[in-house]
Amino acid sequence: MTDVLLKISGINKRFGGLHALSDVGLTIKQGEIYGLIGPNGAGKTTLFNVLTGLYQPDEGEFTFNGKDLFRKKPNVVVEAGIARTFQNIRLFANMSALENVMVGQHVRSVTGVFGAILRTPKARAEEAAITAKAEALLAYVGIADRAQELARNLSYGDQRRLEIARALATNPTLLALDEPAAGMNPKETDDLKKLMEKIRADGVTILLIEHDVKLMMGLCDRIAVLDYGKKIAEGVPEEVKSNPRVIEAYLGVAPE
Amino acid sequence: MHETMKKNPLLLAIFATFVMVLPWVLGGFFENGNSWLRAVDFALLYILLALGLNIVVGYAGLLDLGYIAFYAVGAYLYALLNSPHLAEVLPAWLSHPPFLVMMVLAAIVAGVFGVLLGSPTLKLRGDYLAIVTLGFGEIIRIFMNNLDRPVNITNGPQGINHIDAVQIAGYDFGRPIEFLGLTFEKIHLYYYLILAFCALIIFVSMRLQNSRIGRAWVAIREDEIAANAMGINTRNVKLLAFAMGASFGGVSGALFASFQGFVSPESFVLMESVMVLCMVVLGGMGNIPGVILGAIIVSITPELLRDIINPLQMAIAGKRVVDPENLRMLVFGLAMIIIMLVRPEGLWPSKRRRAELHPKTKEIALQEKDSLQDAERNHD
Repeated sequence: MTDVLLKISGINKRFGGLHALSDVGLTIKQGEIYGLIGPNGAGKTTLFNVLTGLYQPDEGEFTFNGKDLFRKKPNVVVEAGIARTFQNIRLFANMSALENVMVGQHVRSVTGVFGAILRTPKARAEEAAITAKAEALLAYVGIADRAQELARNLSYGDQRRLEIARALATNPTLLALDEPAAGMNPKETDDLKKLMEKIRADGVTILLIEHDVKLMMGLCDRIAVLDYGKKIAEGVPEEVKSNPRVIEAYLGVAPE
Repeated sequence: MHETMKKNPLLLAIFATFVMVLPWVLGGFFENGNSWLRAVDFALLYILLALGLNIVVGYAGLLDLGYIAFYAVGAYLYALLNSPHLAEVLPAWLSHPPFLVMMVLAAIVAGVFGVLLGSPTLKLRGDYLAIVTLGFGEIIRIFMNNLDRPVNITNGPQGINHIDAVQIAGYDFGRPIEFLGLTFEKIHLYYYLILAFCALIIFVSMRLQNSRIGRAWVAIREDEIAANAMGINTRNVKLLAFAMGASFGGVSGALFASFQGFVSPESFVLMESVMVLCMVVLGGMGNIPGVILGAIIVSITPELLRDIINPLQMAIAGKRVVDPENLRMLVFGLAMIIIMLVRPEGLWPSKRRRAELHPKTKEIALQEKDSLQDAERNHD
């Protein structure tokens, strides 16, 4: 539980004049659920995009599982073992749920053009394995019966689940979820919580951004709080909840 | 088409027989059967081209308006190696390569050009990509037009003449061959040759479509950022699409040059790129049978109109009122507009495209219900 999986330090990211992230550092340990919270515009998603390779940070250090991932492309980051979902769902809308999860396995499979054309025994075996694993993952997140449905026709909650299944298909060590509970009702949020606990129990570390503070307090092992691009607190939920700077960031300073 | 046929071998047998005897049917039933067969040969070449462009546009979603450049590359490569034009300077081993070597060479060289076009355009999409590819197509054509000075490579606007037909197993496809009591003219021989290549490329397209590579292409078409974030190396996969599409074009071009016996830059104008794109879009992007149908319709219809318009004018007005060439483009253009308005997904779309552009009313209702529920949730 104490092995450091991901470590960033001194991360800076500027968009023109906006200093979106300044000197952010954090460590995520193997097997934990790590939460990232902060008011709107605090830089949560920016940091998230830096961690998944979508944004290239200006300065800093970023190591994951012993590999240097500073300024690496998203596909390299995925290969190293970080998979993500998106705040505004980005499924392959006109592919079936099953195909979506199959695409997720691209990075862990090797069949090339000639293998595909000649359909060699190796290519066929790999294709069968990809299909089987995709079906298993759909069952894992609880939407096995929607496998042949186009992703765009799934209900909102199922689309969120499908995104998680697609991310899991890349065999991640760290699963990064960007506001997975956004727009969900209490029942769906509860199911999602159970799913995340199941994923963690199966050995995948989770990084979570969420607005739902109650959910975060009950689920996360440790939480970091961002405000105006700076980390203002980090620790177990109780600590963070009672930290005056956090209260200030969320509620403002009480007038004298 | 292929799915129904897989289930029904009889249908497949009938279709295969029809395709095999088509040249003789045309020759037997029509006075000008040979000119029809020639049109069919060209339709087959267009099928090759359309299937190649389908990989780039239909699967990977990269709008390419300069596709004919790869056809030109294949054609000129064949022309240069198989005509007297460069015979004196070409080393003997490179001149008149064996047929299969020539085809593989055409595929590879065109594929390299595909990568050359692809690499600077990796970050472009949609309109911007279309403009750059259009420029690329024109550059290639203008090169062909002007590379007669200072060293005469392409013979400029005059083009390259006296290109030898292919030779397979000692048979010269440029001369009639007697077989089973039938005389196979050049157009017959080429019909079967190009048909064989069509079968090969349909096979390759189908295999690629249902593979890890094909899925990656579609994923990029659907959402490039998400595809990259799911671990797909979008750069390599897009370059692969450009290279594969281009290599189909190169093979088609080589066949074209050997069939025609003559190439000039005039054959590779922008209009040709547009026509091939029309075939793909009209038939049904991303769907192999649809693309084939599109290629046949777009290449044969003008020929049909040519045969219909003149007699019709004579019958109605008693003289030629308008030039049939102009009228058929008008009719053709109108038909395109109508089809795109009524069936934007193409005549024979893939399931995916149909769902995208013509969602069933039931699905719409479901979606609306969902989004209504979402709205309520967010409201809470």
